[in-house]
Amino acid sequence: MRIARLIGSRLIGVVIVLLVVTAVTFVIFYLLPSNPAQLSCGKPCTPENLARAKDYLGLNLPWYGQFWEFLKGIVAGRTFGTGAGAIACAAPCFGYSFQLNTPVTELILTRFPVTASIAVGAAVLWFIAGVAGGAAAAVWRRRAADRAIMTVAIAGVSAPAYLVGMLLILLFGFALGWLPTGGYEPFGDDPVGWFTHLLLPWTALAFISAAVYARLTRSELIDQLGQDYIRTVRAKGLTEGRVIMRHGLRNALIPVVTLFGLDLGALLGGAVISERVFSMQGIGALLITSIGSRDLQVVVGVTLFAAFLIAIANVLVDIVYGLIDPRVRARA
Amino acid sequence: MSPTSPAPVLSVRDLSVSFSAGDAAGTAEAGRVVDSVGFDLAPGRVLAVVGESGSGKSVTAMSVLGLLPDSATVTGSVRLEGRELIGAPAAELRAVRGGRIGTVFQEPMSAFDPVYTIGQQIAEAIRVHRPGVRGRALRDRVHELLRSVGLPEAHRIAASHPHELSGGQLQRSMIAMAISCDPVAIIADEPTTALDVTVQAGILDLLRALRDERGTAILLITHDMGVVADLADDVLVMRRGEALESGPVADVFDRPRSDYTRGLLAAVPTLTELSETDAPAGQQPVQKTPAAPVSAPVPAPAPAAEPEPEPTVVLDGASVVFRRRGAAVHAVSEVGFTIGRGEVVGLVGESGSGKSTIGRALVGLVPISAGRATVGGVELGRAGRRERRRVRSRIGYVFQDPASSLNPRNTVGTSIAEPLALHTGDSPAARAARARELLEQVQLPPEFADRYPHELSGGQRQRVAIARALALEPELLIADEPTSALDVSVQASVLELLERLQARHGFACLFISHDLAVVRRLADRVVVLQAGRVVEQGPAAEVLAAPAQPYTRRLLAAAPVADPAAQALRRAQWRELEAVAE
Amino acid sequence: MNGLGSVWGHIRRDPWALGGVIVVGVFVLAAIFAPLITAINGQDPYTYHLHALDGSGAPKGFGGGISWQHWFGVEPLTGRDLFAIVVYGSRLSLTVGVLATAVAVAIGVAVGLTAGYFGGWYDRIASRVVDVMLGFPSLIFMISLTAIAAAAFPRPVLMVLVIGFFGWPAVARVVRGQTLSLRQRTFVVASEAMGAGDGHVLWRQLLPNVGATIIVYATILVPAMIGTEAALSFLGVGVPPPTPSWGRTIGDAVAWFSTDPAYLAFPGGALFLVTLALNAFGDGLRDALDPRVNRRRGIRSKSTTAEPGKPGAHEEVTA
Repeated sequence: MRIARLIGSRLIGVVIVLLVVTAVTFVIFYLLPSNPAQLSCGKPCTPENLARAKDYLGLNLPWYGQFWEFLKGIVAGRTFGTGAGAIACAAPCFGYSFQLNTPVTELILTRFPVTASIAVGAAVLWFIAGVAGGAAAAVWRRRAADRAIMTVAIAGVSAPAYLVGMLLILLFGFALGWLPTGGYEPFGDDPVGWFTHLLLPWTALAFISAAVYARLTRSELIDQLGQDYIRTVRAKGLTEGRVIMRHGLRNALIPVVTLFGLDLGALLGGAVISERVFSMQGIGALLITSIGSRDLQVVVGVTLFAAFLIAIANVLVDIVYGLIDPRVRARA
Repeated sequence: MSPTSPAPVLSVRDLSVSFSAGDAAGTAEAGRVVDSVGFDLAPGRVLAVVGESGSGKSVTAMSVLGLLPDSATVTGSVRLEGRELIGAPAAELRAVRGGRIGTVFQEPMSAFDPVYTIGQQIAEAIRVHRPGVRGRALRDRVHELLRSVGLPEAHRIAASHPHELSGGQLQRSMIAMAISCDPVAIIADEPTTALDVTVQAGILDLLRALRDERGTAILLITHDMGVVADLADDVLVMRRGEALESGPVADVFDRPRSDYTRGLLAAVPTLTELSETDAPAGQQPVQKTPAAPVSAPVPAPAPAAEPEPEPTVVLDGASVVFRRRGAAVHAVSEVGFTIGRGEVVGLVGESGSGKSTIGRALVGLVPISAGRATVGGVELGRAGRRERRRVRSRIGYVFQDPASSLNPRNTVGTSIAEPLALHTGDSPAARAARARELLEQVQLPPEFADRYPHELSGGQRQRVAIARALALEPELLIADEPTSALDVSVQASVLELLERLQARHGFACLFISHDLAVVRRLADRVVVLQAGRVVEQGPAAEVLAAPAQPYTRRLLAAAPVADPAAQALRRAQWRELEAVAE
Repeated sequence: MNGLGSVWGHIRRDPWALGGVIVVGVFVLAAIFAPLITAINGQDPYTYHLHALDGSGAPKGFGGGISWQHWFGVEPLTGRDLFAIVVYGSRLSLTVGVLATAVAVAIGVAVGLTAGYFGGWYDRIASRVVDVMLGFPSLIFMISLTAIAAAAFPRPVLMVLVIGFFGWPAVARVVRGQTLSLRQRTFVVASEAMGAGDGHVLWRQLLPNVGATIIVYATILVPAMIGTEAALSFLGVGVPPPTPSWGRTIGDAVAWFSTDPAYLAFPGGALFLVTLALNAFGDGLRDALDPRVNRRRGIRSKSTTAEPGKPGAHEEVTA
């Protein structure tokens, strides 16, 4: 079965990519001329703390020993330090915050629902709005609707997310008082509150991303509608609506879906800006906080987590790509 | 148009099409592209609309279906079975498209939607016009249609995606789709142009069967006089949007009324004349290699039989193997032939036969994986970097596609002087002077040196490419399909130029072409390739007049000639050969 | 294919692109002559004006303290002149934007051109790296990198390198795609057949033909780079104070924008305006240079690809 082979070959690929990503991250953060112990020691950094951090990180080991520990932590878990003060870190161990006395994996997992709520909701919104807008612009090319949609889109592409977010807060939060100005409400506690708190971040993120998707969808669809096969389909007597939906859009969406997978994967690793603007304690906020408190373990852990997500997203996109484009499947 | 034909199904009167200059680009092309054209298409007859590029023949066909872009303005009258189509409501036009008129397009590879299977696409065409047909009945209908167009493996074809099928299979599927709703007429827009001759002959036969068995009227759009002679009952010759003349095919071919038609017919290189005349006189004698069985490697001509100077090119058991995703693909297998000094060797074969690969291997663009290839005494496999460069400086290369053979960012003069810049120490002024001189040799004004390629026509660009190839006075000229992208009248003049330059400079020439008639015109000797192997070689006169191998015979018989009577004979011959082959 | 003149002609007829050119021009002039412009009413971006603030540190008066001295009002807590901050801030934004683009384009073109031309395993690895990097959560990586960079390392240079480095994959992908299709064009093959070396083909044949794409891409990349610099500064990991930066000012405004919207409006507006102008200009440039726009000629020029026996496009019978 071709699809099974495609998935198989991609799974081998993901292991390699993950290994490379881990190695690159390790090299950047532990081998480049910086001072990992210093950066992991926290504030205030007393000499005892520094010595402890050095010991925990195994910085007296040669570099390959350090990398092995690092890698082992992710796959099988590791132990920081030796003797009575040793700290066990279960797999997948993305590090251990000595300041917070918590494994980084645990920190990430407690924050993940926040980030995921923002990312998934916004992604659904921007995909629908972007594809619909782009398709409409392509169909009514050079007409008023196209100009209007593309004007909004170029504004969306140019506006930074935080600016849009702050304007939304100003309008719907402060001026109108309809929606909360920030914070997060877990879905389990209060589904309505969850929704109202997320509505503004979703809108802000969706607005700027939908603009990108609308532009991409428009240019892809225009390209597809100029292809030879569209003429064949028209010559069959299909209505223009079916020509566009079943054939033009079906082909135009192939690259759009690819981009979507990657964007969503990247955003799940931390919606840094939205979390800051809307005061939400997601993974992005964790990263910013730990940079402020000089907690390198968390910084590296979050970075690696984000990299893992994107590597996995890449593979998923590849597989989906093979499913929606028979030409790719054939090459697997 | 012929008075004996029954009431026409499609009747076109005073059809004019013009494009508004609404698009920012293309102002030069705005204006009227079809001017007061009229014709009648009768059931059971084939009307060929013939013309060169820019004649408006495709636009005419598409305007019948209302498939022109919005920027087109169509006036006049198009009546299908008595109903007016111009200005008809969209729903009515849609019922005609696919329902009453089926369409077959030029490029089968790009005319199908890549993401759906052939079966899905044919089923869609049926469902649009017959919503009641679904499920099992629909599937059976699709398979039946595919079998009826000569695709016995209907199940496999229906389940395949377009990229998994060959051009011939796709074009047959396209015809199956066109006839899926039993149309009264089919518009076939250059249906065989992108196909090999043997495949083309099959498709033309299929169209003929539709006409004869179903009584379908066929509007055939083509530039190829051979195709017209083969299939058409009536002809309409178009030039620059105007209908020049029309009538039954025999009349137009025998007694063309306009000079243009006469010129067009005269420009078509012919194959038949060869059987009457002898080999061109004044050429050096060439010995014919005994033809080997198709499967066995062809032994190279014995070097001992070469008493005088070594030939310019010697290929001996040469193979080229590509690796595609781990699998070895034998593009060229154990090929052996020579090109003597000043000799023109025609290399013929269908697409995928490896003929272009041989040309590329001779300049070292593709490595030879086994065997021996010598150019000008240098063995390519053993040559070092420097020596290979020297070999390249002694070879001129002319490629097929005039649209992309010149760097669009460089002036014509710069392009022509490129080999000089690479291989000589000439000053820029000397190079410019030489470029002008070369332009004159290819019969272009020297002022063209300052122009850019997009300002030139295809034929002019091809002349520039020839000038560039001759810049270093090469020992060998490799011409890879140099005229196949050109209109016939232009093709004729480019061939004439090549002939004259060869006579003047005396370079050896490897002339690669799929078109036997073109090869026949230039080549002293012919090498026939099939699937990477040499099937037959020998003097052009012998091979093309009395081929020894069945493959060559089929190739020859499949190539249509621009003479209806002669073509009917060839067709019978081809059918016989096909029957034997199967 | 299109001369410079025709490009300009196209831009001039496109109101969005023309507006973009003008706005970008104004910002470039403002960045160059920042000291002269702010000297008109004797302001600079560093001096505190505590007298312009009320007890809570908010600016006194309308619109964040807009007055004859302070055209855009003043910064809360410090009272620094907001107009001077915005004008000087354009220096950082534009410089980082342009230089980071230069870094991205240089790496991207080098990788894309060679990958597309040489192909093989080198191309496969390069493409894979590009694929992974394109989807990369680059903002997270950039933030993390700023955390480990030595404090002594000049921040603006770090910004340029980090932002530029994460920008190259997009350029490489586009250039590689173009190179792949150019490679098929016979003038490139012809050049090789003539005995041209790799260097000649890359420099003389390929690079000039991807030039238009590179220019368009660079133009669209600059606003993206400016946005990234602003985002990093907004998050507090960009250029440290007191160097004026739009992004950092907007970040500071998070705490104030419900009481002092003008503090957000001016730097935010400047950032939005210059990004919008560059995008509009880039779009216009793309339309002017895009061969696809010129391809739109309908049925008549359908046969631009070469197939055996296909009639060439626009051949005149009388040639």
